[in-house]
Amino acid sequence: MIRAGLALIARDLRLAARVGGSGALSLVFFLMIVALVPFALGPDLNLLSRIGPAILWLSAVLATLIGLDRLFQADEEDGSLDLMTAAPVPLEGVVLAKVIAHWITTGLPLALAAPLFGLLVALDGTSMAATALTLAVGTPALSFIGAVGAALTASIRRGGLILAVLVLPLMIPTLIFGVSAAQAAAGGTVPFLVPLAVLGALSLIAAVVGTLAAAAALRWPE
Amino acid sequence: MRLSVDDLACRRSGRRVFAGLTFALGPGEALAVTGRNGAGKSSLLAILSGRLRPDAGRIAVDGVGELTLPECLHAVGHRDGLKSALTAGENLAFAQRMLGAPRLAPRDALDRLGLGHAHDLPVAYLSAGQRRRVALARLLVCHRPLWLLDEPTAALDTASQAVLAALMAVHRAGGGLVIAATHQALGLDGALELRIGQDAAEPAVEDAAEAEDWL
Repeated sequence: MIRAGLALIARDLRLAARVGGSGALSLVFFLMIVALVPFALGPDLNLLSRIGPAILWLSAVLATLIGLDRLFQADEEDGSLDLMTAAPVPLEGVVLAKVIAHWITTGLPLALAAPLFGLLVALDGTSMAATALTLAVGTPALSFIGAVGAALTASIRRGGLILAVLVLPLMIPTLIFGVSAAQAAAGGTVPFLVPLAVLGALSLIAAVVGTLAAAAALRWPE
Repeated sequence: MRLSVDDLACRRSGRRVFAGLTFALGPGEALAVTGRNGAGKSSLLAILSGRLRPDAGRIAVDGVGELTLPECLHAVGHRDGLKSALTAGENLAFAQRMLGAPRLAPRDALDRLGLGHAHDLPVAYLSAGQRRRVALARLLVCHRPLWLLDEPTAALDTASQAVLAALMAVHRAGGGLVIAATHQALGLDGALELRIGQDAAEPAVEDAAEAEDWL
């Protein structure tokens, strides 16, 4: 079962790196939103550094949606999903492996690139590190919540917009605690660890509920 | 392994597709499923492979230990289950690691189907018939006692059809089972035949009413 899960992760990472995969696409989308904001707000560095973590988090939420609609749809269309149901792995294991691969190609690069992109919104060193850490802790929740929507829309063509409408409201708690943790690090009355711990808890809950819900959605007949 | 199906019925979107299907297969036996388009051949295979729930009836397997039915079968259908961006060899290696019970190496399996040269080619470059042969090579990379084949000869040339017939004969000689939905002769010697939907019945009135309720 572990071997099958690793095989699936390796295959999805390889697919993301090949032509037509969405490997670096969400990272480029993330960069574009973050780069657009200073143009829209003007060169007010104080304002930018105050709302910087919020911009990074909002961009991360939107960038997670890129390629999410294809998470299960691509496998549903070409019959790979039938192959996976015949594997000696429960469907929950398949979902878990696919979401981990999705996070490695979207959430993790976003968290790693966040300090660099923080320069564009005039963050100082502490805020950069804190935002990167909150993204690393919080983006798994975004991937797992998104997987439920992706599983529900797997058999719908052009389901991308429905997917966004379905999952964005569910991502609000993650967004709130992600931004508040990043801002707590820059100063304030709340200690940094409190919202960060809630963020970690949200990721863990999403990992359990999201995996079970996505597998149930994929099993739903027709 | 032994497979027995008793009084199986299938309903899709409120419409009765077939009912009362009964058959049993023992080691080395084959079943050719025939019937007009839309009679439910693919639905039967989907039920057997666990992708669709039967409306009624019972499916039982013997002699496979703890395994469930989906875990002891190979399904090759209209959708190849191949990733265009990966090479034929990578696709087969993935199937082997995913399904377990490895048998032939991907390169050897492709050689058996006359596609050894395609091992390092992305599947996107292959023709429809070649893709189908890569999908059939999956039957050889893992050992599974039951083969479910849905129109396996579609897009295959006559030489490849003969290769497939030989593969099925070897599989059956080793105690394997084959269930194939088909319109053509597949070279399955001594295969049982199951004809679905002979009466070509229109959906019953109650079913149609139920379908409207559902909508």
